[in-house]
Amino acid sequence: MTGPGREDIPIAADDDVVRIRQVVRSYAQRARLSLVDQTKLVTATSELARNTLTYGGGGSAVVEMLGEGRRQGVRASFADSGPGIPDIELALTDGWTSGRGMGLGLSGARRLVDEFTLDTEVGRGTTVTVVKWSR
Amino acid sequence: MTIGTGRSDNLAELLRASGEVLTRRWVELAAEPLRGRLSVAELERELADLYAAILAGLDTGDRDPNSDAFAEVRALLSEMSRRRARAGFTPSETAVGVFTLKRAMFELLDQAEIAGGLAEVVAFSLLLDAFGLWTFETFAKAREEVIDEQAEQLLELTTPVVKLWDGVLAVPLVGTLDSARTQVVMEKLLESLVTTGAAHAIIDITGVLAVDTQVAQHLLKTVMAARLMGAECTISGIRPHIAQTIVGLGIEFGDITTKASLADALRHALRRAGVDLVAGDRRG
Ligand SMILES: Nc1ncnc2c1ncn2[C@@H]1O[C@H](COP(=O)(O)OP(=O)(O)OP(=O)(O)O)[C@@H](O)[C@H]1O
Ligand SMILES: [Mg+2]
Repeated sequence: MTGPGREDIPIAADDDVVRIRQVVRSYAQRARLSLVDQTKLVTATSELARNTLTYGGGGSAVVEMLGEGRRQGVRASFADSGPGIPDIELALTDGWTSGRGMGLGLSGARRLVDEFTLDTEVGRGTTVTVVKWSR
Repeated sequence: MTIGTGRSDNLAELLRASGEVLTRRWVELAAEPLRGRLSVAELERELADLYAAILAGLDTGDRDPNSDAFAEVRALLSEMSRRRARAGFTPSETAVGVFTLKRAMFELLDQAEIAGGLAEVVAFSLLLDAFGLWTFETFAKAREEVIDEQAEQLLELTTPVVKLWDGVLAVPLVGTLDSARTQVVMEKLLESLVTTGAAHAIIDITGVLAVDTQVAQHLLKTVMAARLMGAECTISGIRPHIAQTIVGLGIEFGDITTKASLADALRHALRRAGVDLVAGDRRG
């Protein structure tokens, strides 16, 4: 058995963020990502999961194994039905925060992964999906 | 039971015809050792899915537990084992879900005539044995995962502040850090600075799996607070992959002193404290 190919994890508390980090790390190891890439992906997902919790009011994460020819990858997606992000460009600006953070989570996560999509609508919610491929 | 010598796919037919009676008895037998720790409705759902998958497999005429015909059965059993392992059931309480089907089948055979013959009953019985072992195996793997996770979480809980030298405190951070725990550790360190009057603190992050903005923010705030209290704080043990990730995130540690290892940080602290370190000449 090689382990599950997909996992749904609710995000409702701090512990869930820790759990997501652990799941993503084990997927990244199975996808044979290098230690640096594992750490980058885990850190990015940690940021996004916490945003889902803090700003989205909670939601859920889906972690998936990807296979494309000889390449393997991990996709993690974070969805909430919170307030949405009114100004995406501002939210993705280094150092900008509407709360008391460093304002580096979202923009930093984007730099740490290979693919980054942000889907948000005011009043409807936010979904951020990231992918990291093995090299 | 009456054993005939007819065709060989009659077992599947019998199982299908008696599906309802058989699964009811199966659920009854399987529920007994679990003593209400799992709802009957949940068990019914699990076993009904499993039963359907087993029938579909048998229909192909295949009797090899590792063949594609039974891939669905194996997947369902893996899921079931993982759930049981996480919920704290024992391996026997998990495998009983498979072995009780055998008992239910034998009870049924007592009353029915099976045209497929002894060979067919034996083949099915062997198949169920193999599935039972499969649940044991996946259960063991899932248990290992749970234990790993718990060990990791335990590490996070035990983070002591140690005195390395007169006036030099150190706190090693280990594992994956969540907000609450990092904050506890940092507060503990600041308290210790007050009670010991130490002028230097070292936060060693060699054992940290990842530094995200939240952990970084806690680190920065602690260093600033220590400064206000007149103490200098060094961060040591930033490993290469963590360093690259910190840079990727865009975090800047500014004028905070960072050292590769705890030993380097201690040497730095001692030099600041005016302690002379002399390379150890071996005395003749
Ligand atoms: N899921 C979300 N729903 C609504 N707003 C969000 C969401 N994620 C991010 N934002 C907005 O984008 C801003 C920037 O997010 P970012 O993660 O970069 O910074 P931060 O969370 O404030 O601080 P940190 O550096 O600690 O992550 C947030 O302050 C918030 O206003
Ligand atoms: Mg953030």
